[in-house]
Order: sequence, then C-alpha cells, then structure tokens
Amino acid sequence: MVPDLNPVVLLFASIFTSNILLANFLGMCSFISISKDMKSSNGLGLAVTVVLTLTAMLNWVLLQYVLIPLDLLYLRYIIFIIVIAATVQILEMVIDRVSPALYMSLGIFLPLITVNCAILGVALFMQIRNYSFIQTVVFAFGSGLGWWLAIVTLAAIQKKLVKAPVPAGLKGPGITLITIGFMAMAFIGFSGMLSVQ
Amino acid sequence: MDFLIAPVVVAVIAGVLAAAISIVDKIVNNYGPVNISINGGEKIVTLNGGESLLSSLASQEIFIPSACGGRGSCGAGKCQVTSDVGVHLPTELPYLSKEEIEKNIRLSCQVKVKTDIDIMIPEDLFNVKKFKSTVKSIRDVTHDIKEVIFDLQGEEINFQAGRYVQLVVPPYDKIKGTTQRAYSMSSKPGDKGVIEVLIRLVPGGIATTWVHTRLKEGMEVELIGPFGDFERSETDAAMVCVAGGSGMAPFKSILYDMFEKGETDRDVWYFFGARTTKDVFYMKEIMELDGKWEKFHFIPALSEPEEGSGWTGETGIITDVLDNYLKTKINSEKAREGYLCGSPGMIGACNKVLTANGIHLDKIYYDNFA
Repeated sequence: MVPDLNPVVLLFASIFTSNILLANFLGMCSFISISKDMKSSNGLGLAVTVVLTLTAMLNWVLLQYVLIPLDLLYLRYIIFIIVIAATVQILEMVIDRVSPALYMSLGIFLPLITVNCAILGVALFMQIRNYSFIQTVVFAFGSGLGWWLAIVTLAAIQKKLVKAPVPAGLKGPGITLITIGFMAMAFIGFSGMLSVQ
Repeated sequence: MDFLIAPVVVAVIAGVLAAAISIVDKIVNNYGPVNISINGGEKIVTLNGGESLLSSLASQEIFIPSACGGRGSCGAGKCQVTSDVGVHLPTELPYLSKEEIEKNIRLSCQVKVKTDIDIMIPEDLFNVKKFKSTVKSIRDVTHDIKEVIFDLQGEEINFQAGRYVQLVVPPYDKIKGTTQRAYSMSSKPGDKGVIEVLIRLVPGGIATTWVHTRLKEGMEVELIGPFGDFERSETDAAMVCVAGGSGMAPFKSILYDMFEKGETDRDVWYFFGARTTKDVFYMKEIMELDGKWEKFHFIPALSEPEEGSGWTGETGIITDVLDNYLKTKINSEKAREGYLCGSPGMIGACNKVLTANGIHLDKIYYDNFA
C-alpha cells in the first residue's frame, strides 16, 4: 500500500524533522571526520546527495520490477549494496575527469560513501515504507540535502569551537559528539510540525 | 530449478553494473591521443592521455628526475607547464614556493596528461638515458655500505662529477611494482663505461634492502641518469666539503675528477664524519690523494672511536670539527663555498655551522633525496 504523502511535505520532513543524520543517526563516520573543513563538507554533501538520489531511483526500479515479482525480497541487502558500490565507482571516475581538485579534496571519503549507512538506510526505508517512485526520489533527495545541511552546520560550529575553551579531556570527538547531540535536539524540535513514516 | 533464480538475478544485475562501469571507464578515461609540446615546440611527442606527465614522458624516453620514484614525496620532478592543466593539487603545494606556483611549476608525477600540454624542461634532461647495465662487482666497504659497480655494456654516460642516477628496483617479496631510488655516482666522469655507487643499508628501506640482500654480480639492472645539479662551481673559492657515510660518493667523483683534470690550484677541505673505525672507508686512497695534492686537505673525524683502535684523526661530532677548522684553519678572508652530502639531519646541522661562519646559504650546495 503506497502511503498517502504529499511529496512537498515529504521533502521538508526528510530535510528537517526526519533528518537522516540527526533523527536516525545514519552516516556518522564521514559526518564526524570530514566536518572539520567547510570546503570538503560541501563537496561530500553534494556527493552524498547525488549518490543517494541516483541509487534510490535505481534500487526502487530493481525492487519493484525484479525483487518483488520474483519473490526475492531477501536479496535486497546484497542488491542495494552492489548498486551503491557501482554508482560510487562510476561517480568517482566522472569526478576525477571533471574536477580533479574536488576529487583530491574528497580523497578516501568518496569511495567510503559506498559504506555510508545513510545511503543503504534510505534504500531500506523506501522499501519498508512502500514509497512510490516520486516519493522515493523526493525522500532520497531530501535526505541528501538534510545530510548536507547537517554536515555544513557542524563544520561551521566546529570552526567556532576551535577558539572555544573546551576542557582538555573533551577536545576532538568528545565535544563533537556533544555538539551533534544538541543539533539533533534542535532538529527534532521541528517534529511537531511535520512527521512521516 | 527455482533455486537458480536468486543466483542468476544477482549475477545478471552485477554483470550489467560491471559492464556499465567498464563502458564509463572507456569513455571517461579515454583522452585519445594528446600532444606534449616541449620547450616551445622544440620537440613534440604524441601519446595516449590518462597517465601522469612523469610516466608519459618516461614512455617517450624523456626522464624527469624522480628521486622518490613518482610518489610525490621528494619534490624533484618539477617542470614548468605553460598551458592550462587546472589548479595546483594539495599534493603538490608543500613542495612549491610562491614564485614557482606563480610560474605554474608543477610536480610531473602528480599532473595527469589529459589534453594537449606545453611544458618547459631543462635542455640537460634530453641527455638523460635509461641504461641496461650488468652488475660488474659488489664490495663491502664497511659493515653496512656496499660499493656497486655497474657495467653499461658498451654504452657511455656523459656527466658532471656530483650527479646522481636512479636505480630501478624490480618487484620482490611483498614489494609490488618497481621502485626507483637516487644514488650519487662515485665514479669519475672520465670512466664513461661504468657507474659506481655507494649504498648504505637503511633498515626497512626497499631499495637498499634489495641491493644488500638480492643483488648479485652479473645481474641485469636498469639505471636512469644523469640527474641533479650538484657540481663544483667554476670559481676559485675554497671548497669546504662535508660528507657522512655513503655521502662520500659524489666527493670521490669530484675530487678524482679535479685531480685528473689538473684543477689542483684550488683549496679543498674534505671533512668526512663517521662514528667508529668500523664506519670509515677509502681512507688509504683519499690519504694518498692528500699526499699528492698540496692544496687538498682530508679531515676524517670519528664521533666515537673505540679505545685502543689507534685512531689518529680528529675526534668529535663532524659539525664541531668543522666549526673549529672554519674558525682557526681555513682562511676566512678568501671566498669559501660549502658542499654537503649526507643525511638530511647532517645537512641541516652543517648548514647552520657554515652560515654561522659567514658562508652564505647561496654558496652552500647539496642534493635532497628525501
């Protein structure tokens, strides 16, 4: 049963109230390690958004026209991962050709998008929640934007934190995790306005 | 046959995606034939794009120096690019000065050849060749330094004393791919048919371990050279040379070259530093040269000579000995120049001592092989 959801509502919900990072805590490792630098954060945010949207579309097609008709739903994990890995591989080659500077600044994190949980997470949510194709595209694109927004926000906060008198024991990942906790609370504050399942 | 459906589905999907990747790879990484125009069109080579500038040129028998073997860790492979190849990469910036960045000097191992490209390289590099040599002899000169002589099999190498060659180490054990490392030539420019190098065993070193454990007489080895700009200046300033360990190599070449060509009217002070009597070598030969050449002074110094070893030379750290000589023995009224070869630490310390004694950094020459 396809849920009755307005795509515009779904878009805003996936960016803010159900932010893939701050509400579901998916895609944390590159979020924490890349967010020290604004430029790389932007690059990675863009890359995640593109990969997320593309893979969700491909995975939806495979899910609806291959896995469900053949009753092979249990293969979804392996299929989704293969599609994600191949998409990242292709994207990597294209970025290397088009923008070597972006390629260098993303470095190891571009191939690591393959194992970014946010991407597999979105594919699985779209299956569990029975989204239509339009809903899947909107949800994936919104989740990507939400991830991008979160990492850029964290990068901006980190920039200020450099000068803050953080206790020695909390420097680095400690204060970063606390910051993310506060950010998550702020984002969840929107949840009264919109909510999606 | 139902059990076949799942594997077939996975295989088909994986196969389609793999095909998509190969097709994109073919399209994206196919730069087609590109032209590299060298020194304003003096030489134009055409090849398939996609490789680094360093390896593209090497495939055309033009060898840009790469003391580290193209890893981007030595900064030797600099080359001016006069056409647009995009911004400097983060991997290049640490090795380039502001002026170099303005002139668009690039590290040839980091720049990919994707379109037609114009570059400027020193004329000298056209002289660089790849030699197929055989190992003529290997001799232990100390417990950890080997003197290796390569026979060039009838070919000749023309070089200034002080230059270096790159030794091509084939893959062995867990080391995949070939490795290149730079070694100063210790043979005289007059001996054109052979190349002699001194190689000290560096624990964990890829090339030095290979030389010390695998290299045998008669083996075929590739050498690329000559490279570098380390050489004696054409002035009559006194030369203050400092070497440590296998840093002996370029000085052996320079000193014998000077003596052979009769350039004996110049003051030369040669400081050689080592730890114990086990670490000194070529003593007899260089002492003999000292005896025959009035203005040449050889000062070997040991930092930790063993008790009862009968060591009669200087004792102490080489920089202290050097400082002492500069202050008391070497005429400071005449022009002096510094020549250094050894570990980066030694070069740094000697730079300090020489500048403190009034020798300007511009007048201190050394190679950096890090």
